[in-house]
Amino acid sequence: MTWAAGSGAARDLPAGQTSAPLAAVAPLEGDVTVTLCPDGPLLLRGPATLLGPDGQPLPRSRNVVALCRCGGSAIKPLCDGTHKVNGFRSDDT
Amino acid sequence: MSSDVREPSVSTTARDGARTLPLPTPRGPVSEALLALLVLAPVDAPQSARDTFDEAVRSAPAVVDPDVLLTQDHDVQLALFCLYELHYRGIEDVSDDWEWDPSLLAARAVIERAFEAELRSRVEMPELPAPDRASVAEALFTLTSQDSGPGLSHFVAKKATEEQLRDLLVHRSVYQLKEADPHTWAIPRLGGAPKGALVEIQTDEYGGGDPALMHAALFAQTMRGMGLDDSYGAYVDHVDAATLASVNLMSFFGLHRRLRGAIVGHLAAFEMTSSIPNRLYGNGFRRTGHDAATTRYFDEHVEADAVHEQIAGRDLAGRLAEDDPALLPDIVFGAAACLAVDGWAAAALLASWERGSLALRSVA
Repeated sequence: MTWAAGSGAARDLPAGQTSAPLAAVAPLEGDVTVTLCPDGPLLLRGPATLLGPDGQPLPRSRNVVALCRCGGSAIKPLCDGTHKVNGFRSDDT
Repeated sequence: MSSDVREPSVSTTARDGARTLPLPTPRGPVSEALLALLVLAPVDAPQSARDTFDEAVRSAPAVVDPDVLLTQDHDVQLALFCLYELHYRGIEDVSDDWEWDPSLLAARAVIERAFEAELRSRVEMPELPAPDRASVAEALFTLTSQDSGPGLSHFVAKKATEEQLRDLLVHRSVYQLKEADPHTWAIPRLGGAPKGALVEIQTDEYGGGDPALMHAALFAQTMRGMGLDDSYGAYVDHVDAATLASVNLMSFFGLHRRLRGAIVGHLAAFEMTSSIPNRLYGNGFRRTGHDAATTRYFDEHVEADAVHEQIAGRDLAGRLAEDDPALLPDIVFGAAACLAVDGWAAAALLASWERGSLALRSVA
């Protein structure tokens, strides 16, 4: 497994530490890539940790996550497919 | 819970590894002849029993008469379902030696020829896109967005009763308890980028290797939350021909290398019509007061399939069309067939609810 953030490691940070250095959470095994999906989300792959507004790592349960960029998702920051029905155009095709 | 003891997260998955399909109840002459044959060991089966089955297949109206719909024939769909099940988890009290028995494979091929002929004539094909990654993905997203379907997910979100929600799970369980398995057949038939994309999707379907997080296990959890039997194939006897046809479609595409384009297109369309309906299904279960453990399956699919549809459209279907343009027509056919056949199954379920009938009424 590449990902540590969703597998418990990030939740086991020492008390008082709000975020771990990346290398301590997820050993770098390759590049982080962000793929622009035309008229759709950003696909995030690789050992990146998503931090919430409070600096805490967000749970991550899959190797590839889709990040909302239409603004309409009900499960932000993740995509829920809403871009398909709200007319979102990314203009990056 | 003490820190040095790890409790299994789903206690029932341990026994699940050895589950096979309970021996179904015959629905007509074809399935009756097949099941009578299957309970014998292949070495002991008399030629007369093989001939009876072969003759039943070759004389079935749904097989020989193009005007009789095979996709609506309970008897032949059940027989086909059992023939395919020999390649999955197997059937209780049925010898594994039947899997590659030449007489069964010959009879199955007769049913499959009629099944494919019906699908090729009834499924409406859109215009083919250019065989490149972007065009194929765009065409598949357009095709799936134009498919309005019969409105099952909207009905479930707003109106379905507790009994109808259970009925939905009963029907879906025939596939969902082996979710992802039919598409996995395609992995060894692909190479390079399309293979990598399919593995990326299927890894997620199988919970990254955690048996408690497999999508089939999450579905089982939903079934238990609704007081249903979550054991493999428990409700096969209770579902209609259209539901069996939707599962058989995937097995048919998945088990034939010739149709690898179609199983890829099927998966793309399946993923592209999943995240929004699953949010609506989840809403239906929340509306009727069910907890997060019960709706987790649907919530997981909202998130996962928003990822999978992107990978399936471009990296799987699109790249496969680039690598092998000859497969393009079948990629589109597989997607269109997925929408058509699943639409027929959803329409049949809605129609049965309108009549006030439920699959489980007889055993509830």
